[in-house]
Amino acid sequence: MLKDITLGQFFPGDTIVHRLDPRTKLLAVLLYIVALFQAKGWVGYGLVLLVTALCMAMSHISPKNIFKGMKPMLFIIVLTALLNIFYTAGTPILPGWIVTWEGIDRAVKMILRIVLLITGTFLLTYTTSPMALTDGMEVLLGPMKKIGVPVHEMTLMMSMALRFIPTLIEETDKIMSAQKARGADFESGNLIQRAKALLPILVPLFVSSFRRADELAVAMESRCYHGGSGRTRMKQLRMERRDWIALALSVLFLAAVIVLRRLGL
Amino acid sequence: MNAIIRFENVHHTYSEEAHESLSGIDLSIEEGTFVAVLGHNGSGKSTLAKHMNAILTPTQGKVFVSDLDTSLEENILEIRRTVGMVFQNPDNQIVANVVEDDVAFAPENLGIPSDEIRRRVDEALRQVGMSEFKLHAPHLLSGGQKQRIAIAGVVAMEPRVIVLDEPTAMLDPQGRREVISTITRLCREKGLTVVLITHHMEECVGADRLIVMSNGRIVADGTPVEVFSQVELMDREGLSVPETTRLLYELGLPTDVLDVESCAEEIARAFR
Amino acid sequence: MSEIIVESLSHVYSVGTPFQKTAIENISLRIPQGQFVGLLGHTGSGKSTFVQHLNALLAPTSGKVLVGGTDINRDKKARRDVKWQVGLVFQYPEYQLFEETVFADIAFGPKNMGLKKEEIEERVREAAGFVGVEEDLFQRSPLELSGGQKRRVAIAGVIAMRPGVLILDEPTAGLDPAGCRQIMDNIRQYRAGTGATVIIVSHNMDDAARLTERLIVFDHGHVAMDGSPEEIFSQPEKLISIGLAVPQSTALAMALREKGLDLDGAVFTHEQLIAAVRKLKEVGAC
Repeated sequence: MLKDITLGQFFPGDTIVHRLDPRTKLLAVLLYIVALFQAKGWVGYGLVLLVTALCMAMSHISPKNIFKGMKPMLFIIVLTALLNIFYTAGTPILPGWIVTWEGIDRAVKMILRIVLLITGTFLLTYTTSPMALTDGMEVLLGPMKKIGVPVHEMTLMMSMALRFIPTLIEETDKIMSAQKARGADFESGNLIQRAKALLPILVPLFVSSFRRADELAVAMESRCYHGGSGRTRMKQLRMERRDWIALALSVLFLAAVIVLRRLGL
Repeated sequence: MNAIIRFENVHHTYSEEAHESLSGIDLSIEEGTFVAVLGHNGSGKSTLAKHMNAILTPTQGKVFVSDLDTSLEENILEIRRTVGMVFQNPDNQIVANVVEDDVAFAPENLGIPSDEIRRRVDEALRQVGMSEFKLHAPHLLSGGQKQRIAIAGVVAMEPRVIVLDEPTAMLDPQGRREVISTITRLCREKGLTVVLITHHMEECVGADRLIVMSNGRIVADGTPVEVFSQVELMDREGLSVPETTRLLYELGLPTDVLDVESCAEEIARAFR
Repeated sequence: MSEIIVESLSHVYSVGTPFQKTAIENISLRIPQGQFVGLLGHTGSGKSTFVQHLNALLAPTSGKVLVGGTDINRDKKARRDVKWQVGLVFQYPEYQLFEETVFADIAFGPKNMGLKKEEIEERVREAAGFVGVEEDLFQRSPLELSGGQKRRVAIAGVIAMRPGVLILDEPTAGLDPAGCRQIMDNIRQYRAGTGATVIIVSHNMDDAARLTERLIVFDHGHVAMDGSPEEIFSQPEKLISIGLAVPQSTALAMALREKGLDLDGAVFTHEQLIAAVRKLKEVGAC
């Protein structure tokens, strides 16, 4: 059950999107997000939608996988849409109705915005291995080391966390089964009872996570880890021609969206 | 032969405990040998192992790794690249999401140039027979495979010694065989010094030297045949001896062989 | 009575996805009350999936499991009630300890059963007694105990439900020889004291050979062999072809027979081997 979570999962592949440098993809997603928030009219949204669809097609990621990952956020999406539909002033769609044309317009755009935002970031995590992603981040944030931000440590922690997610999910499954075998009941009772019922899972999970962290630290030291200084990388990031082209296109895309906004489209 | 690891009257007491975990260990390990250390939980065998790459340092006495004193801070990095360590739980020593990235971790820490890391990683994976898995996610591998990845991660440092602290305790028989045959090969073919800490006596049979620990002391030290022949001692320590030794012992025959084939031979000869 | 009847049981994981995998297929067997059973097979043979069906942790894809004549998957209540009747101790059970005290942790199962305070206390003491956990440990945190003690506390936590069937998945994994012997003794004691059915899932052939009265060998989701240890270990070639080891004594006996020594009967424990060889010696001496 827990294994079905696809959030933050990587789908290995060999498309042009997969091969792009992680830094390119990170920057492109950043530009994409800015563009998404700049889009105002339907033409603007249309353009963003088109570009998103194009990227999806190029990366061979099926919409099914995106929607599967979106499920946990469905509630938020629906709630936002409802709030917008019912609380936007304007012309009612029928005389006397609370629902207005403006409300529908805003709700649809809101849904589009959230869905596109999620899709964009999923495209990034689905096509980039977590290791590459954190490597890219470490380089991009590199200048911040100068002002004392522990960039290497932060990105290392992130990649470790990603490394241990599947392990912890597996462990949670096991502990849950073991407690169920002792008659633990996770399904009935009110909210407080249910929250309390989680203790038999959370406590062992915490204890084991600390033990893991401890052992991992010793194992890392044994493998000569001594901080980020003097470290080299096996896989060095290299910007290719395709990366520069992709970045140029991303900037162009943002510019286009901004122009459309100015034109009121 | 020269000693790559040397213990001189080593004592160790964990800060939160009253009794000594190691009480006066004198030991030298020759380069290129396969040494097995057998003992109960709490016999001090893991503490012994952790002294070999300066995870722990003696509360009294000295440990030298290729003549470097482990208690000196400035020696630590050199000691750790000389003595690689593999631990019990395979999950808790794999740092990366992709097998080859994990194997690259130690050489990256050592500041080795990229091309050289690539070469070492490929070579290390080949030596443990995991080349075809280099792009896999570690959490989808079997226990034995994960442990071989951990060994590759150490081999990629190009150390002179590998210390394995109960590497098979959490594995099934298949995984156990994989790990033992991998380390035996590394010792025999690459000349690596191997120190195997275990409580499975069957895993010690192929070693050059077997050390038995009890209560923080070495109680037996010799070839596996010599050590297992001391059946009373092993019984007293609550450790088992191989069925072959036990049978020869109870039949009053010389206990100078360990493998099933030679043992059967010996008994058959006695009956003729 | 807790007789187990399994009828054409199959389980398929992740049905309808690319990861679909048949774990066990069409298994039918009967385990009468009080039997001491060993389940053998290597990792992925389906034995762990199988035992999780015996207390309804997993629901069959097809087929039925009856315990004491009741279909344990009949409804939600049956699925929960069977947990008291069939106690399942997972591999490395010490990782599920969570309460502040040893006592509270052992009491978790009985508390879930809705028992009265006195009854719970009695059961905790009884269970702790079976596994040799001293009462002066009751108020300690389970996290402070040694590895072997933790394991025994965890087993007590299942025993305290007084299950008529006790299933243990690799109960000795990771323990040293002394720890293994102690756990196996505890289990034997529980069985002697309660007459419960005991099912042990194990890789360890020597344990399986010495303790059980019936062995069921799993291979690729099927029951490949089912019989008494004598029957199973008299076909060592078959075990080896499945990829399982035979007990050391059996391997040695095979080698001796190959050398022309005519050992009597099935050999799978050290005592049997010694006896068989000694007998040969006497005959030879005549």
